[in-house]
Order: sequence, then C-alpha cells, then structure tokens
Amino acid sequence: MAELRTEEMVLNMGPQHPSTHGVLRIELVVDGEVVVDAVPHIGYLHRCFEKHAEAMNYQQVVPYCDRMDYLSSMSNDFGYVLAVEKLLNIQVPERVEYIRVIMTELQRIASHLVAVGTYGMDIGAFTPFLYCFRDREMILDLFEMTCGARLLYNYMWPGGLSHDIPPGFVEKTKAFIKHFRPTIKELNNLLSYNEIFVKRTANVGVLPAEIGINYGASGPTLRGSGVKWDLRKDDPYSVYHKFDWDIAVGTGEMGTLGDCWDRYMVKVWEMEQSLRIIEQAIDNIPEGDVQSAIPKRIRPAAGEVYVRSETARGELGYYIISDGTQNPFRVKARAPSFVNLSLLPEISRGYLIADMIAIIGSVDIVLGDVDR
Amino acid sequence: MNASETHEKIKSQFPDGVVEFRSEGVIEPFIVVRPDLIREISKFISEDADLRFDYLMSLSGVDLNDGNLGVVYHLYSMQKRHRIVLKVKVAKDKPDVPSVESVWKSANWHEREAFDLFGLVFLDHPDLRRILLPDDWEGYPLRKDYKVQEYYRGMKVPY
Repeated sequence: MAELRTEEMVLNMGPQHPSTHGVLRIELVVDGEVVVDAVPHIGYLHRCFEKHAEAMNYQQVVPYCDRMDYLSSMSNDFGYVLAVEKLLNIQVPERVEYIRVIMTELQRIASHLVAVGTYGMDIGAFTPFLYCFRDREMILDLFEMTCGARLLYNYMWPGGLSHDIPPGFVEKTKAFIKHFRPTIKELNNLLSYNEIFVKRTANVGVLPAEIGINYGASGPTLRGSGVKWDLRKDDPYSVYHKFDWDIAVGTGEMGTLGDCWDRYMVKVWEMEQSLRIIEQAIDNIPEGDVQSAIPKRIRPAAGEVYVRSETARGELGYYIISDGTQNPFRVKARAPSFVNLSLLPEISRGYLIADMIAIIGSVDIVLGDVDR
Repeated sequence: MNASETHEKIKSQFPDGVVEFRSEGVIEPFIVVRPDLIREISKFISEDADLRFDYLMSLSGVDLNDGNLGVVYHLYSMQKRHRIVLKVKVAKDKPDVPSVESVWKSANWHEREAFDLFGLVFLDHPDLRRILLPDDWEGYPLRKDYKVQEYYRGMKVPY
C-alpha cells in the first residue's frame, strides 16, 4: 500500500460558494480537516465607488452609497448625508432626523433578518430563513410605500429626504412592531436555542476583545466579544440621544465569550432594541417640511471631515475632502465589512473546515460593502 | 485629551517629528508628521498611558494633486474616548511610508488598499499586494493623473 500523504493542502473556497454570501474566495491551508491558515481574496465586486464619487457632484453620490452595502442602503446613505451636512455646516429639521432614525432602525432589522436567516441556512436550518424573509418583506413594503424602491432607495439627501412619509405609514409600522415582537421569540425557539445550532456555533471562531479592537472590528462582530461599544451611544449623532435603549453585547452564555453564537445572538437582541427605538420615535415625529433644508447647490468650503455612523455591520466612516468645487476632491468609505473580514484568518486557525462556514456567516459580511 | 494636548505630547517625545499642527479654521484638528517617523510615533501614542490610541478607525490614501501623495490616519482611543488625525506627505515619485501594521492590525488591509489604488509603498508591510484590483492591473486609479489602460487581457477597458 502506498504511503499516506500527510503534507498540508491548499483548498479554494469560492468565489462561487453558497456560504460566502457573494463572491468571496478564501484560500484555505488545511492539515487534514484542520484549518492552518485562511487567506481571503476579495475585489470580485469592486466598482470603483471612490473614483466615481470624484467625478460627480455631492448629490449624485448618494445612489452609489446605496449600492455599497445593498442590505442596509438606508444606513449607508445616512452616514454619507451626515458627512456632507457636517461639511456644509447645515442643520436639518427635527422631522427629518426622526424619520431618518426610524428608517435606519427598520433597515437594521431587515438587514439582521437576512444575516440571521441565511446564517441558519448555512448551518442547515432552512425554515427560520423563510420566517425571516417573510418579516423582512413587511419592512420592504414600508420602504416601498415611502419612496417606491425596495432595495436601493436614494431616500436620504443632503439636507433632507426625497419623500415625506406617506399616510398610513405610522399605523403600518406599529402593526409591524406588534407582529414582529412575538416572532423574535419564535425565532429563538426555532433557531437560537436549537441544540444542533448551538453545537455548531458555540465555542467556534472565538474572537477575544483586544484582538478585535486591534483589528478595528466594530458592530455586532465586536459586541459579540463583550465590548459595549455602539456609535449610536458612544459617539451619538442625529437624535439617538433622545431614546432609551440598551447596547446588546455577547455574554458567552453558550460557550466562550466572543464565539459565533455570541455574534449571532447580538444581532437577535439588537432587533429588539431597534424595535424599542422605533416605538419611541414613531409617535413623536415632529411636524415640518422634510425638504426645506435641502440646498439647491452644494459647494462646501475647502475642508475635510471624517464622520462615522453605526450601520447593521458596524462603523461606517466617510472621509470627504472638499476643494471648494461642486465635486468632492476625495471620498473614502471605511466599510465595516472590509475591516471585519480582515480578521477572518485570526478567528479561523485551528478550527475544522466545516466550522469555516459558521465562522464566515457569523462575521456577517456583504461583499458589496467589502469591495465597494 | 484634546488635540492640542496630544500634539504637545508628541512634540515633547519627538521634537522634530511634527511638521504642522492645525486646530483652527478646520472642522477637525490634525497633526502632520514626518513620514519616516510615523511608525515610532504610532507606537508611542498607542502605548502612552495618557493617549492610548488603540483603534485605527480609517487609513486613507490621498493624491494631493501637487506632486505629493498623503496618508491620513484617523485614530480613536476606546479607553480614553478621544480622537486625533495624523497625516504624512510623501513625494509621488518616491512614495515610501513605513507600515503601521505592527501597531494596529487593521492597517494591514487599509494599507494594501492604499497601495492598490494610490501606489503608496508601505515599508515592512508583511503582505503588500493589490487587494481590490487584479494583480496584473496597470497604474493606480485614484491618482489624479491616472490614465486607464487601453486593453486588459485583450478586453477593451474604456467604455
């Protein structure tokens, strides 16, 4: 019998692989079933956002922001318009702020529903995915009745909004909250505390807090490691300081602090917190004109800003330099998925190939956001 | 600690390291430092007990359009809850900047991106390859004088 070969092997995962949630290739170095190293190769979805932005005026950049993280377009626009407004030093009416917060929190729920649903599917649970998409559909309906689009909204403009909320929006949102609260419990019974699911995700892909910070992780990825860090509270913007809610952090309940289950569960808890914010905001939307503060022409004085905001995936930063003309001189988008993905090798070494699926899903990347 | 205090601290440690400090007439204060000292300065401000800049929010390349390239470091301290912006400026024909990957791991991919799109060379970077564009792409697209290549592997590029 020929001798058994025991050297390390290189295995390509992706770029077309269901668990990579898009076009991502991971070069795995494996020793038998054990992952020795994982090298992500990205760029398959690179669309030159930053180059495009330099060729357009400030308003025209908004639709491109939509297309970066296509699962949370509202949050992407929010960050960008905050940056432009800071550059212009303009205040927007309170009504605009309230509607923006409501939309962003709805978007956060919709985005987490995709993350949670597809994560279950990666691990082998198909049913929760259908439940999640059913509920996400209700949020997309709300967006559609507001601005006509279901995925890429171009809804937030520097200084205002493209449309006011339509009649019936408040009632429909309340109906959604009423429907959705019990569904989270259902999801927990079905998936979160399901024994097979817990066995697959607990104690896997452990990320210690200090390594997460050193790698610049943010959002649920960092909070899963027990770091109480949310820009909505720690670097407050818009009207978030007016609402009462808590930061969800990982507890290590099922295994080790910072494992895949913690990162998953933070998203579930965050949906509840988003519901709390929406509940407080929806009844107190001030009167006003959502387009009164929109500047006709945007030509900021020469200067630069770095503004960060909390999207469903973490810290989204826009670094914008103005040279006084109507086109930005430089727009850099610090995408949360890009930074979070860079720590993948750190949390995959030593685990099995099958665990890779759980680890990639738990970091919750959107390749449009990674590649821009 | 505010930006002026951070500036004083850096200046006392590196007397000739600071090129410029701007805190007035700008939205956010920034410190321009000598490029060859950026790694030492980064190490110092990340370890100093009063500064503790442990979080690199963003690292951006910039083409200043005057024959120079810049690198902008947006830093934050999770422990002390303060922030600062560091900048360096290098000539376009010799764009060498020491890598700060050994201080903040997040710099790894950010620096690869700046290398990819601006042609900035980060010295002692463990893995300086293109990250977003194909390995055999020509030129650095975010430079202001970038001309797109006519063909890429037989495919016409400008549309």
